[in-house]
Amino acid sequence: MNRLLRFLFFGVAVRTVVLLLLGLNVRHRERLPLGGPAILVANHNSHLDTMVLISLLPLKLLPRIRPAAALDYFLRNRPLAWFALNIIGIIPVARKAENPTPAMSSRAAKPVHPLQGCKDALERGDIVIFFPEGTRGEPEQRAKFKSGIAHLIENHPDVPVIPIFMHGLGKSLPRGETVLVPFFCDVFVGEALHWNGSRVDFMLNLEQGMEALEAEGGFAEWE
Amino acid sequence: MINLAVKPNVIWAVAGVFALLLLASIIVSLLQWRNPHKNYTELRQRVNSWWGMIIVFTLAMALNRKLSLVFFGLVSFLALKEYLSLIPTRRADRRVLLWAYLTIPMQYYWIHLEWYGMFIIFIPVYAFLFMPMRMVMIGETKEFLRAAGTLHWGLMVTVFSLSHLSFLLALPEDHNPVGGGAGLVLFLVFLTEFNDVAQYVWGKMLGRHKIIPKVSPNKTWEGFLGGVATTLLCSWLLAPWLTPLSLVHSLAVGVIIPVAGFIGDVVISAVKRDIGVKDSGTLLPGHGGILDRIDSLTYTAPLFFHFMRYFYF
Repeated sequence: MNRLLRFLFFGVAVRTVVLLLLGLNVRHRERLPLGGPAILVANHNSHLDTMVLISLLPLKLLPRIRPAAALDYFLRNRPLAWFALNIIGIIPVARKAENPTPAMSSRAAKPVHPLQGCKDALERGDIVIFFPEGTRGEPEQRAKFKSGIAHLIENHPDVPVIPIFMHGLGKSLPRGETVLVPFFCDVFVGEALHWNGSRVDFMLNLEQGMEALEAEGGFAEWE
Repeated sequence: MINLAVKPNVIWAVAGVFALLLLASIIVSLLQWRNPHKNYTELRQRVNSWWGMIIVFTLAMALNRKLSLVFFGLVSFLALKEYLSLIPTRRADRRVLLWAYLTIPMQYYWIHLEWYGMFIIFIPVYAFLFMPMRMVMIGETKEFLRAAGTLHWGLMVTVFSLSHLSFLLALPEDHNPVGGGAGLVLFLVFLTEFNDVAQYVWGKMLGRHKIIPKVSPNKTWEGFLGGVATTLLCSWLLAPWLTPLSLVHSLAVGVIIPVAGFIGDVVISAVKRDIGVKDSGTLLPGHGGILDRIDSLTYTAPLFFHFMRYFYF
């Protein structure tokens, strides 16, 4: 039942909004993965980011797509938690590692790693959507990436990481706003990155890949 | 059997357009066959996009008047969205832009009501007065004039100008017994778009002398004049089939449309050059965005409409 609802939500509702109200300019679509395991890494400006990323991939991959999302935000009440877990299909990630919430740590003596859910998903061959900024932040401004992604890829060195730069969704539905204003959204897909033996180097590669994609658009600042 | 909302002449004209398109597809295939090493991808994409556009346009026009209005409203929406995504808007004006979008269903509703008085002043007067007021309520004064000016310019081009096309459908049918409203729309859209193609083709074949190199380096006098001659001929041939135009008027329209279409084209080119983009979008492969395709119509539609209204309605 939930699987059907998720299918209808993304197949009908999300696609209608994304294609009609927003509209996408996708560059290098051929660089998207054809199947899992893979990690899509994107900049984060809006709740619409996840919707757009999921609608980039064919519907038959939908059961494989899992966005990593903040546990403290999306599981803060029961209806939202049901929607986030069953319809969006999130992997809950505890943002404050030193202070794991009861849902994640259980009774075991050894605390569970905050990215354990992502590791399990990659193990199953899923496509994980990851926002290394950790939060939506200021609209249309990219914050520094956190290094959790390097940790994840170190544990799964064979999994390709595809950087994706998105522009425009922060204008359509920025943080704290409830009214969607239509804008075309630019989506630039980068070349897949692979683990290169060092977390620092990997993060550097990722930042550079993202900067190069952002430069492709030459977007003006939004003030 | 669906009861078609158009007259027999219009159906014949549409059949002619499809025949022309088929001819274009065959020519592209022949070119590719004769020169297997040359890359005709862009030309092929262009022709394929034409197929898509003309099929959608035909369906929207043929089924019924309401559907046609929804279709033209959608074209305005896509064009305005493209425009607002291109220009630098202010963060403070996010909600104002929503009002700008709301003018579209309103403007097309006036057309549905055949309320000419409201249709003709709604954007130039009421939207013009309302948008700055809404901006003032937000209170950001930095770049205020630029924001208010660019927003209204976009509404005039993508909503006001373009909606003249649909008001042709609302004109009384008995004034144009041969083609009806749909005949006028088809006549205008065909001449405008065919003129674009003709200017391009003449320019490619004979183009030597640049006409306006600072704005659009590919435009030449040869292309422009070839387009005028081609469109003049088409107008003279087609006018008796689709419009109530007299011989003299059909020749006048045959000059107004190619000249106005050229101006609309270079005006949008200047906007794109100012912003620093080559195409306005990627919606129509081979053409660019929707603004790239309707740029000429934003000039020809109001001029043709008022010419018709003054002399015939």
